[in-house]
Amino acid sequence: MESIVFYLFAAIAVIAALGVVVLRNPVYSALCLAVVFVSLAALYVLLSAPFIATAQVMIYAGAILILFVFVIMLLSPGSDPLKEELKRQRPLAILFGGALVALLVLVLATTALPSPRGPYTPERIAEIGSVQAVGASLFTDFLLPFEITSLLLLVAIVGVIVLAKKGR
Amino acid sequence: MRRDTLITEGCVSLDPFLVTLIEALVKTIVVILALLTAFAYLTLVERYVVAKIQSRIGPNRVGAIAGIAILQPIADAIKMIFKEDFWPAQADKVIYTIAPGLAVGTALLAWAVMPLHPPMDIFGYHVEFHIADVNIAVLYLLAVGSLGVYGIVLGGWGSNNKYSMLGALRSTAQMISYEVPLGLALVGVLMISGSLSLVEIVAKQSFIWNVVWQPLGFIIYFVAAVAEVNRLPFDLPEAETELVAGYQTEYSSLKFALFYMAEYINMLTVSAIAATMFLGGYQGPFGILPGVHWLILKIMFFIFLMMWMRGTLPRFRYDQLMRFGWQVLLPLALANIFITGVVILLVK
Repeated sequence: MESIVFYLFAAIAVIAALGVVVLRNPVYSALCLAVVFVSLAALYVLLSAPFIATAQVMIYAGAILILFVFVIMLLSPGSDPLKEELKRQRPLAILFGGALVALLVLVLATTALPSPRGPYTPERIAEIGSVQAVGASLFTDFLLPFEITSLLLLVAIVGVIVLAKKGR
Repeated sequence: MRRDTLITEGCVSLDPFLVTLIEALVKTIVVILALLTAFAYLTLVERYVVAKIQSRIGPNRVGAIAGIAILQPIADAIKMIFKEDFWPAQADKVIYTIAPGLAVGTALLAWAVMPLHPPMDIFGYHVEFHIADVNIAVLYLLAVGSLGVYGIVLGGWGSNNKYSMLGALRSTAQMISYEVPLGLALVGVLMISGSLSLVEIVAKQSFIWNVVWQPLGFIIYFVAAVAEVNRLPFDLPEAETELVAGYQTEYSSLKFALFYMAEYINMLTVSAIAATMFLGGYQGPFGILPGVHWLILKIMFFIFLMMWMRGTLPRFRYDQLMRFGWQVLLPLALANIFITGVVILLVK
């Protein structure tokens, strides 16, 4: 049963991801990206990480992608397909894309799967709850990186305000 | 693998997985049918309430009983179905078609985690009156709520009409802005309850409702929720004096009906969330007769409040709307979290 759900959502995610790259209309691409995010969220649920799943939908599909759509709509109100402007980059793109795929295959082939289990097994998460597990690790083992990330985000916010106010 | 079997009186054995599946399916169908019926009759209620506020009589012809047109929603539905389905010439066919469906679909999703009634035994079979009890239900509500803007944005963009487009842009900015205080207003309740499961949050309010401890959070939530469902005084996405009808200008027939349905179901959803998080959900005051009737009563109270506001208040100006969201509601919501945290620390 679980593997059926996994393959279903994995297939949807891969097809939608292809759609993001292949479709010429930027709004369609953005919509495909939303489908990718939602199917990834479904996969997270299967991995007993419902908190990550909802965060994925809320932040990526619900906030960030909406802003993408917002900008796309403001820049190209018509449904004109995107024009090919970067023809010279094609061979380079094929080269680097191929290199990335080769690297991924190499890594996957040489890594022992499944990797060793950490302290949070599915049973442990079912016992203490997914949100509690994330919260506990964020505020104990990973406190310093967590605080540094929040500082980084704060700097980014301040920077955006400075840049936006510069002209006035 | 050993499979437990459920033996019913007729000695029929059923796979427990199949039983769960059928149970979930039945519950889903019942909830959806109830919501669609509620939507149909809410249109009638809204016409009545607004008519009374404006000293008019309101609908009183179709199947009138005691001056109330009981069959009016059915007449409206038939009219909607037989209207011409209009397609703007330059519209994006795919997106123009899926937008209303997306709007209704995301509006319905939230009801999957709503606890409707205390658990009870029916014919010896234990039934719990919610479709799913997940321990991240509150986050799920916020996540699904944040997807609701897609239907509006795509509808406005797909119509290829500048009024629709402006309405869609306004609604994007508005819904993203008000989602922040909306979510933060619920954090206070989560801190008190110590749980993200709606079933547990309701169970913990059996005697005293959360609104007693979270009056500020409650007010912030309600204001942000009204903005979130684009009702007056925050109905700028469909401001008829400036934008014709905003994102739904080009829509007609059943597609228009779907947008209309999404708006009303969203009203029901935010009311149900307010009732569940702050007013004890299906719990009666001081634990009197808990049941779904209390939830319906509380939802009706919020719906009436929204209709009353529609009949009474003028619309915000756009810059006022943004300033109010970011500079008044957001700091208040943050202050509420801070105060709640300090009080919890002191009490413990």
